[in-house]
Formats: sequence, structure tokens, C-alpha cells
Amino acid sequence: MKLLNQIGFLLRITRTHGIVRRYFVVNGFDGALTMLGLIVGFLFSSPEDLSVIINACLGAAIALGVSGVSSAYVSEKAELRKVLSELEGAMLTDLQNGAHAVAARWVPVLIALVNGSAPLIISLLIISPLWLSNIGLQVLVPPLHAAISVALVLIFMLGIFIGRIAGTFWLRSGIQTLFIALLTMLLIYLFSGG
Amino acid sequence: MVLVKKLILDILKPHQPNALEFSSNLADTGDDYRVELTVIEMDENTETIQVVIEGNNIDFKTIQSAITDMSGSLHSIDVVEVQSVSDKEK
Repeated sequence: MKLLNQIGFLLRITRTHGIVRRYFVVNGFDGALTMLGLIVGFLFSSPEDLSVIINACLGAAIALGVSGVSSAYVSEKAELRKVLSELEGAMLTDLQNGAHAVAARWVPVLIALVNGSAPLIISLLIISPLWLSNIGLQVLVPPLHAAISVALVLIFMLGIFIGRIAGTFWLRSGIQTLFIALLTMLLIYLFSGG
Repeated sequence: MVLVKKLILDILKPHQPNALEFSSNLADTGDDYRVELTVIEMDENTETIQVVIEGNNIDFKTIQSAITDMSGSLHSIDVVEVQSVSDKEK
């Protein structure tokens, strides 16, 4: 609890709550649509071994995760160091022992973890039906269809989350993101000659 | 034995943490501290505040440490109220 309070305090003084939320949504959406695109692409192609599909999706998920962590850490560290430097200039004193210096060290780490874990975790959830089928567990529908269903549900839930943040009707924003996912599937179908 | 009963401090601080959180964190450093914070001046990045702290026995070092921890800068101690007590009374 104390750690959560401390994290909340650091996010408050750097005013980065919004950035964390934004990165979660943007990169979560990236991960979900990327996995959806890969799985739909495999669905419209000649049938492949499940392990090939899983490895391709896992590779993409890991790449998204590493990209998210590294890009966010580098950019946020630079931003917060700049803010700290400006604050030290304004206060005419060294702030290295204060909360803002602690925030400049740790908030980029937190933001990077959110930015990297959001697409990774969402991607892993989407390909979980493929894993379950690959290890011999029976799923009710074909594994690729199950994975697509999981992707659509997660994208819908991300839409609801966006709607809650914006204060708009949750169903409307959920349907909007779902529409984007279905449009993506249609484009893949049209361009892949499926 | 001398007990510090009241301090009025002139502090320069960043906008965050805000006045409520700043004064609450100062009050948290003691068991019976009463803290009154007034914003005197404000610019783009910082604000000058006056903090009145009252208590039975104020620990100035802890207060100073809390101010530094919140990236504040103590500019001056403007008013001090102390009381001497014999060791028996304490």
C-alpha cells in the first residue's frame, strides 16, 4: 500500500497519470490489432501448423513489448530530466535529494513498463487459445476463430476504457473500436486475396 | 529543556505537490502538528508560501527534511515561539 501511495505521489507531482493511461491504451491497441492482423492473415492463407502461427505471433508480441519499453524509457527520461533541470533553474537550488529527482529516475521506468507490458500481455491473451489447442486442450471453436474472438473482446474492452476516460457512453466507444477491428479484418481479406 | 511551539517559515516550492498535499505531508511528520499554509506569490514554475506550524514540541529537522523531500527550499524562519520547561515537567 505504501509503495502504491508513493507511486501515486510521483505520478501526481510529474502530472503523468494521463501519459500512463494514454500509453496503455495506444500500445494495448497496437498489440491487439497486430495480433488480430497476424491471425486473420493466417486464417485467410493456406493452413499452417499451429506452432508456426504461435511462434510468429509470439515474436511479434515480444518485439512490441521490447519496443514499448525501450522507446518510452528513453523519451520519458529525457523529458523528465528536462523538467527537473528547468525546475532547478527556477528554484536556484539543487533538487537531487527531492521528490522530483526521484520521480525523474523512476517514473520513466514505470511508464516504460506500462508501455511495454500492455501490448505484450494483450497479445499473449489473444494467442492463448492457440497455445491451449497446441498442448491438446479442446477449445469449443477452431483455435484461430477463438483467438480472433478474444482479440475482438479485448479491443471492445479497450474501447469501453477509452469511453470511461473521456466520460462518453461506454457502449458507443466500445463499438467504435470494434468497428476499427472489423475494418482491419476486411482490409486484410481484400488485400490478401482471401 | 526548550520546546518549539510555533514556527512561521518562508518556503519556495514547485507547484507540485500542491498546497494541500504539501501541508498534509508536513503535518504527518508529527503527532499533533497544526499546519497553516498561505500562497504568497506564484510564477510559472514555483510558488512562495508561508507555512505556520504549531505543536507541542516541533522537530525542526524533521520538518526541514520533509520540505527538502518535497523539493521545497526553506528561505527563512520568520517567526519562532519556544517554551522552556524543566525536565520534571516534561
